[in-house]
Amino acid sequence: MKMKPILEVKNLRTYFYTRRGVVKAVDGVSYELGEGETLGLVGESGCGKSISCFSIIRLVPAPAGVIVGGEILFGGSDLLLKSEEEMDRIRGAEISMILQDPMTSLNPLFTIGDQVAEPLQIHQKLKGEGLREKVREMLNLVRIPSPEVRMKEYPHQMSGGMRQRIVGGMVLACRPKILIADEPTTSLDVTIQAQFLRLLKEIQHTSNLSMIIVTHDFGIVAKACDRVAVMYAGKIVEMAGTVELFDNPEHPYTAALMKSLPKAGMRQNRLYAIEGQPPDLRTLDSGCSFAPRCPRAMEICRKEYPPRVEINDGHTLSCWLRKGEVLND
Amino acid sequence: MTEELLAVRDLKKHFPVTKGIIFMKEIGAIKAVDGVNFTVNRGETFGLVGESGCGKTTTAKLILLMERITGGTIHYKGRDISLLRGSELKSHRGSVQAVFQDPFSSLSPRMRVKDIIAEPIVVSVNAPSKTAVKEKIAELLQLVGLRKDAGDLYPHEFSGGQRQRIAIARALAPDPDLIVLDEPVSGLDVSIRAQIMNLLRDIQDRLGISYLLIAHDLPVVQHMSTWVGVMYLGTLVEIAGSEELNENPVHPYTKALLSAALPHHPAHIREEIILPGEVPTPFNPPEACKFHPRCFRARDICSSVPPLFRDIGGGHFVACHFIDDLRKI
Repeated sequence: MKMKPILEVKNLRTYFYTRRGVVKAVDGVSYELGEGETLGLVGESGCGKSISCFSIIRLVPAPAGVIVGGEILFGGSDLLLKSEEEMDRIRGAEISMILQDPMTSLNPLFTIGDQVAEPLQIHQKLKGEGLREKVREMLNLVRIPSPEVRMKEYPHQMSGGMRQRIVGGMVLACRPKILIADEPTTSLDVTIQAQFLRLLKEIQHTSNLSMIIVTHDFGIVAKACDRVAVMYAGKIVEMAGTVELFDNPEHPYTAALMKSLPKAGMRQNRLYAIEGQPPDLRTLDSGCSFAPRCPRAMEICRKEYPPRVEINDGHTLSCWLRKGEVLND
Repeated sequence: MTEELLAVRDLKKHFPVTKGIIFMKEIGAIKAVDGVNFTVNRGETFGLVGESGCGKTTTAKLILLMERITGGTIHYKGRDISLLRGSELKSHRGSVQAVFQDPFSSLSPRMRVKDIIAEPIVVSVNAPSKTAVKEKIAELLQLVGLRKDAGDLYPHEFSGGQRQRIAIARALAPDPDLIVLDEPVSGLDVSIRAQIMNLLRDIQDRLGISYLLIAHDLPVVQHMSTWVGVMYLGTLVEIAGSEELNENPVHPYTKALLSAALPHHPAHIREEIILPGEVPTPFNPPEACKFHPRCFRARDICSSVPPLFRDIGGGHFVACHFIDDLRKI
């Protein structure tokens, strides 16, 4: 399955320069996103999955955060070389982002209608009845009942699920090519989460949208993603098609994470638990960052970071345990 | 041989809603908990699941005597807890402990870990001697898997998972018979979650204490619990053994909740029951069966006659008019 990539991230490195040292939040991340594809970025908090996405739209918290290297190719040109003005035209129009908490991404002082209209006014210069018509259309698309009334209301008058759908309407208003969703359903209830994921998938099918879903939950990956990249301590340790990854998790970290999930309806006696804590990103040494917690760590793991190898079609990983064709990044 | 430890009968908690400032007129009530029945047996775990606003945390607060009961009774070790006074009340508070979701806000940042753990012992009716307290702290630290010298540190020096261990040690300090666990692992990373869940299970096996587990994540509840109760808008709609609930869910809401739970493998995606709309507010909730406006089985009777909470065999309770029809599906 080779799709034409719409976005290529090559050896991206984003560091944070703090008083207590350099935090290598994203350290050499490479992946491609195919047209109409959904890529899942999974990992635990602090693994750099969100920062790698903020790097794509160049919204890394400054001045501490700096994109120190790499390339992000979108439509043939490198986003990292674009000027601020050029980025303003891309953000919200061609690449949009949904954040975890809809209450912080909506402005409490403006009506829903105003907020959904804003990207359309800026990017498509719509006004008057044409603008209102488009806003109604977007609210209909994300299933807001009686949009005519809701347009005049404020975020606090909506439930959590509705707010997240409104954010969805806002970011999709300009028909972006890529949607980055950072933990889009974490703050929602289970049944509302199911509603929202289904809505995203439906919109994706009708508009050939490419998506990156950032999540800590393998369940969301199983449900909504075509391909998955597993991140640990600023690096992608394994990447594969979703079914392939669930069937053959090869990296010890991926395998351990999957084993540690409770399965519905099974009262097992013990869960598999990964010992220890994720590492401090300021003090990483040259070896594999998972080695201190890895049950199968060898001498070489502590000394040298394993190269990325392809072990199966589209299944790549960085681990000394597996031999395969070495990929040059 | 099961022995009843906690018996909750027709429990109600209504928060009055008032209008005006000086002459506060009651205009209605938020029925947060509205007729809940369940039993927690000694050495077992009873899990309460439900979406936000269903009243599960309010139920816990009533059991912990943090809120005043509006109606119904709570019997603990055969005694009505609302009638306890003085030293009896004090020893009851020692006997029922709690662990909360966020270990960052539930531990005082100005106290050393040893003082945090010792506090419930020191304030108890028969406070032991200083050396006995010291021994107890060392014993508890070891039990929850923390280093001996952890007692001299402050909470900020620990990670989220370790803080949750401190909170568990504090809950265990007064030798309770029941611990209320309110979303004990929701704030933790996946790899740490399994550690804490294993720890809680180990402690239960060793000490024979009971848990009342409150969570929104069905796999977590099913993994930890002997019995699971499903709450919707202040009422219990179904109670069953953990495995029974997964294999033979009867109530339409339970079925929808199970179908919305995320799969643990992409091949296991269940046929989804997407519920229309959102959870109504507990202020003026729907009449009779509270679930009927969103239910795919609802008939006229559902909006006029409240369904009975009936035992359909083996301690499996369901509140629905169409139990016989639903069991066949």
